[in-house]
Amino acid sequence: MTVPDTWSPTDAGEVAAAVNDALASGQTLELLGGGSRRRLGRPVDADVLLDLSLISGIVSYQAEELVLVVAPATPLAEIRTELEHKNQHLAFEPPAFGPLWGDTSASGTIGGAIMIGRGGARRLTAGGARDHVLGVKGVNGFGEAFAAGGRVVKNVTGFDLSKLVTGSFGTLCAVTELTLKVLPRPADAATLVIFGLDDEAAVVAMRQALNLLPVQVSSAAHLPAAVAPASTIKAIADPGVAATLLRIEGFGPSVTARLANLKSALADVGPCVTLDAKASATVWSEVSDATFFAAGVAPLWRLSVPPARGAVLGARLAQQLECRHYYDLAGGAIWLETSAADDAHALAIRGALQEVVAGDGHATLMRASDDVRRSTPPFQPLTPVVADLTERVRRNFDPRRIFNPGRMYA
Amino acid sequence: MLMPAANQAQMARRSEFLSALRAIVPGEGVIDDHAALAAYECDGLMAYRQRPLAVVLPESVQQVSRVLAYCHSVGLNVVPRGAGTSLSGGALPLADGIVLGLGKFNRILEIDYDNRCVVVQPCVTNVAVTDAVASEGFYYAPDPSSQIICSIGGNIAENSGGVHCLKYGMTSNNLLGLELVLIDGTIMRLGGKHLDPAALDLLGLVCGSEGLLCVVTEATVRILRTPETQRALLLGFREVESAGACVAAVIAAGVVPAAMEIMDRIAIHAAEAFVHVGYPLDVEALLLIELDGVEEEVDYLIDIVRQIGTQCGSVSTRTSSSEQQRKSFWAGRKAAFPAMGKISPDFYCVDGTIPRRELPHVLRTIGALSASYGLRVANVFHAGDGNLHPLILYDADRAGELERAEELGAAILKLCVEVGGVLTGEHGVGVEKRDLMDVQFKQADLDQQQRLKCAFDDCGLLNPGKVFPRLHRCAEMGRMHVHRGALRFADIERL
Repeated sequence: MTVPDTWSPTDAGEVAAAVNDALASGQTLELLGGGSRRRLGRPVDADVLLDLSLISGIVSYQAEELVLVVAPATPLAEIRTELEHKNQHLAFEPPAFGPLWGDTSASGTIGGAIMIGRGGARRLTAGGARDHVLGVKGVNGFGEAFAAGGRVVKNVTGFDLSKLVTGSFGTLCAVTELTLKVLPRPADAATLVIFGLDDEAAVVAMRQALNLLPVQVSSAAHLPAAVAPASTIKAIADPGVAATLLRIEGFGPSVTARLANLKSALADVGPCVTLDAKASATVWSEVSDATFFAAGVAPLWRLSVPPARGAVLGARLAQQLECRHYYDLAGGAIWLETSAADDAHALAIRGALQEVVAGDGHATLMRASDDVRRSTPPFQPLTPVVADLTERVRRNFDPRRIFNPGRMYA
Repeated sequence: MLMPAANQAQMARRSEFLSALRAIVPGEGVIDDHAALAAYECDGLMAYRQRPLAVVLPESVQQVSRVLAYCHSVGLNVVPRGAGTSLSGGALPLADGIVLGLGKFNRILEIDYDNRCVVVQPCVTNVAVTDAVASEGFYYAPDPSSQIICSIGGNIAENSGGVHCLKYGMTSNNLLGLELVLIDGTIMRLGGKHLDPAALDLLGLVCGSEGLLCVVTEATVRILRTPETQRALLLGFREVESAGACVAAVIAAGVVPAAMEIMDRIAIHAAEAFVHVGYPLDVEALLLIELDGVEEEVDYLIDIVRQIGTQCGSVSTRTSSSEQQRKSFWAGRKAAFPAMGKISPDFYCVDGTIPRRELPHVLRTIGALSASYGLRVANVFHAGDGNLHPLILYDADRAGELERAEELGAAILKLCVEVGGVLTGEHGVGVEKRDLMDVQFKQADLDQQQRLKCAFDDCGLLNPGKVFPRLHRCAEMGRMHVHRGALRFADIERL
């Protein structure tokens, strides 16, 4: 394979020029920011690497308006630091997937986080990336710079292209600016850990915590016995049994009261411990970033299903495959690391998914070799009508398929 | 406001269309009687009226699919309609098109507490979702002020908000899945009870597309636990600036209240005269703040917010100590619109969003505009998220006043965009703000939106004349204009 040329525009105008040059010369582009999420999706074979890493920096931050405007290659770490000065954060908790491939150096860029469109553990209650993108500017595959959305937190003017661009893996346009909704950071947090539950009992307990109790759990995850010891939090790892995690966040007096409510309601479910804010932050980033499976090479999947069906599907997969798995989003997300296979066990996993949830969910291959991700669709194959519409939508952004060709679908 | 000229050739084929539509939707499902059509001639934006060619009221998704496929085959325009409460004319009929009324899709199909969602047909009312789950301690968060009559399908079309959306999101943030029908009759499902899309977020695009992309026939919406406690504070300020500063200070303190509403002097007086709830009449601005959550949290936050209010110069502070009192605080705000009916024969509700810091400047400028147009304006403001609702008071019986009210409304919306805001926060563009879209968007921005329209409806049959000031043919939109020139990056270092 030949090494592609690299173009490194320094501002939005140069991005537009680069796209027009690519169109004029019939070349395709791989869009790259920090590169920490490059191995998600299908490998891209493009003529030119469009390196956007210089399109970086905070454009404006109006804390009291809850609005942050950034260039796409701004490092998430820089954004976090800036927001922390005003006790704010990105509530969707963008995950850092670099560690999955052994890269712990960087948490990636905001552009990458928005392009993969995933939220972390707080997605359960605070919404995903899509719910926090207020506006985008970019260059489409017609070579035109365009803007969508706005710079205020409430806006319904025109079609909501920001949601469409979020999670598009760079297949619609080259993003040159993002406007995000930011929110106050919880002043305090705690996590109740319940030990020894099986998958089904854990999903029931998580549901109970969400549905029945006046506790407002912000995140709910379950680490089976095969995964819990991989946590860096000793209180979770040391018992060597399954750990069900329930996070409570907010102002101090509120956290104290809700934690007490939660404990008393789940008192007879199993033995528990409480994690303080610091340990809580650590374990929830482990859950969000799937660091329990860090630096491995085995295929890794993330399944999205109706939460109440999670344990049924998890149990079936555990029976069928040699695997380790855990649940996030109260059972609505299953992370699954399998043994190596030519198709990364896609047939078995997507077959089980179809049997258990009949189309109400999807399985995404989050880690596998380039060869496997070329031959096995990393994204759930869509029904023919949705696939047709998706392709028409994509084509109306990028008719010549110059942006990240093949990244989502071959 | 000009709608596209009616296609006379299509009008001439009316009886042919009617018999074909009757073959799909038998009985009383096709309305063509001139008098009966009057019921559909407008929506909540009553200044615009047009009788449609016919109204079709299908009962099943198959019928919707066949009606749309038929319209597609004969090039017949379709205006989808839910409860018809749009404030932007989203359901305004066309003389040469049918209204596709979803009124018979009014059933709640499934309540799923285990997955915290409800599956509904599109013409279930907003409040009916909450009513259906309230006994189990749940509710549906988006609460537009028309929630007693507006439909979930209409909420999806407009991406409706309400007073609680800073904390709980708009419709799109509470929507999990859809069944929909494209103009060619294709039925498809997007999302479901799971979170996050499998691929491109088409669900997010469809929500808020104002009936231009597809017809929704089923929706899965998220329900939340009803907060244990709700309490409200009523803070009076001598200056609007102080009320605005107080809102900013509350946010800066890390508090996201369930609601923050500001009313200006005219709105306060009109509301108080209408419902007599004891609003202070000697203030320029009234700030209503609601906090919800567990009791300990609400008590704690009430103290914080009260202190912030004092620091910001509130001259009157009341804190609700009972549910009855909380509701009385809200009664005036909720009566703000009908109260206008008492002090003016007609009023026109404008809907723009501004960066909150611009509130004093915007209100001062609205005051100046109000004087120069000779029309009174009362302001209510979803202060938490910057969504401003100036209410322009006018008398339609006086020659030229409606037009002047509309001109004033347009001037206010232009002001919103000038200060960094947008044309609509929750009512939609529809026909009302269609011709202002150029104020907020450049041509390339509108082109990209219209291309999405082409991906769904390349003949432009769904709700034409809405949202876009000009309609381009899809073939034209898809054309590429590449200027082959100097390859600007040709000389950049190769790796």
